[in-house]
Amino acid sequence: MSEMKLYEVFIRAKSGLNHRHVGSLHASDPQMALLNARDVYTRRKEGVSIWVVEAEQITASNPAQEHEWFDPAEDKVYRHPTFYPLDKEVENM
Amino acid sequence: MYSQGLKDAEGQLEPAELMAEFQARIDREEKIEPRDWMPEAYRKTLIRQMSQHAHSEIVGQLPEGNWITRAPSLKRKMILLAKVQDEAGHGLYIYSATETLGVTRDQLTDELLTGKAKYSSIFNYPTPSWADIGAVGWLVDGAAIMNQVPLCRSSYGPYARSMIRICKEESFHQRQGYEIMTVLARGTAAQKDMAQRALNRFWWPALMMFGPSDKDSKHSEQSMKWKIKRFTNDELRQKFIDATVPQAEHLGLTIPDPELRWNEETGQYDHGEINWQEFIDVIKGNGPCNKERLQARINAHEEGEWVREAAEVYQQKQNQEEAA
Ligand SMILES: [Fe+2]
Ligand SMILES: [Fe+2]
Repeated sequence: MSEMKLYEVFIRAKSGLNHRHVGSLHASDPQMALLNARDVYTRRKEGVSIWVVEAEQITASNPAQEHEWFDPAEDKVYRHPTFYPLDKEVENM
Repeated sequence: MYSQGLKDAEGQLEPAELMAEFQARIDREEKIEPRDWMPEAYRKTLIRQMSQHAHSEIVGQLPEGNWITRAPSLKRKMILLAKVQDEAGHGLYIYSATETLGVTRDQLTDELLTGKAKYSSIFNYPTPSWADIGAVGWLVDGAAIMNQVPLCRSSYGPYARSMIRICKEESFHQRQGYEIMTVLARGTAAQKDMAQRALNRFWWPALMMFGPSDKDSKHSEQSMKWKIKRFTNDELRQKFIDATVPQAEHLGLTIPDPELRWNEETGQYDHGEINWQEFIDVIKGNGPCNKERLQARINAHEEGEWVREAAEVYQQKQNQEEAA
C-alpha cells in the first residue's frame, strides 16, 4: 500500500492571530488530516482553528535564490518613513 | 515540498567553500532549514539521531501502556492515558521533522519494524510494579528533559521547533511520576519498599540513556561542531545526577550507588562506574524486553493494516463521487 499523503498543518492560536505553520502529518483525505491535526497538535487548547494543505500543493521560493530575490529590497530605504527628514517644528506626522 | 534537498547548487561554488559557508552560518547561530544546502553528513547524522528519537517516543509508550488497564485509580488512569498519548504525539512531531530531510515515513517505519533502527535502550526494561510508572516518569522523563532542553537550540530548524513543543509537554510527565513516588514513599512500609525497588531498577538504566561516555562516543565531536548537540553525553548525565539526587533524598529514598558522594571541590556528585557491558547488550538486542517491544510494534502495525486499507478505499470512493 502506498504511503498516505503529506499535509502541512496551520493553526490559529486564538481569534485575532494569523494561522501559523506547526508541522505536518499523513492522512488519506483532508477530513482525516483535520481530525489527526486536532489530536496531534491541539491537545492543550493550542488553537481555535485549523487549516490543512496537501504539501505538494505548496509552491515555495528557492533558498539558493535568497539573495537575488530579497536583497533588492535592502537599498530601497526611501520606502521607510525615516528616510524623510522633518523640521523639528512640524508635528503630528 | 519540504522533502527535497538542494544538492545542485547553482552558485557553482566548490564544496569546500559551501562547507565553510555552512559552518559560518552555524557559527552565527543561524538555523538551517529543510531546503537549504547542507553537507550530506549533516543530513545523515540528523536523520539517524532524529529517527532514533522518534522511535524512542513510540516504543516508549509500551512500558507505561502496560499499566493503563491496572492503574490504581481512575485519576491515575486518566493521567497515564494523557501521558502516553503525549508520547505518541512526540513521535509524530519528530517523524514529520525527520521527513523534511528527504526520508519517507514508510522508510522510517520499516527500519523500526525490521529491527534495523535503534531506539533508547531504557524502553527495553520491564515495569513489573506500579511504582515503576512513578520511576519512569520521574527518572526517564527527567533524563529526557535534560537531553531535550538543549535540543530546542539545535541548529536544524524543524528539529528545534519540535523540541520546543515537546519540552512544553514533558514537565507534566516528570511531575506526575515524582508525585506517584511521593505518595508511595509516604505510604506504608510495603509501599515505600515498592518505590525503593523501582528506583533500584531504573537508576542505572536512566543514567545510560545519555549514551556512551564521551571518550567512547564516536558521533559527539562533529555533532557539537554542527550544533546539533550542545552538551556532551557526560555533561548531561552529570547535570541529571546533580538534579536528581536531592529529589531522592527528599523522599527518603536511597540512590543504589554506594560510591555516590558530594564533591565539595567540583561542586557536583561523584558516582560509581556504569556497567557499559549491560548498555551494549541492551543496544544489541539482548535486553530484558527487546523482543517483546519489537513484536508489540509489529503486531500493532499488522493489526492496523485493515484500517489503512479502508481509509484508502474510502478516499478513492470520494474521488469517484466527486468526478461523477
Ligand atoms: Fe516524550
Ligand atoms: Fe515524556
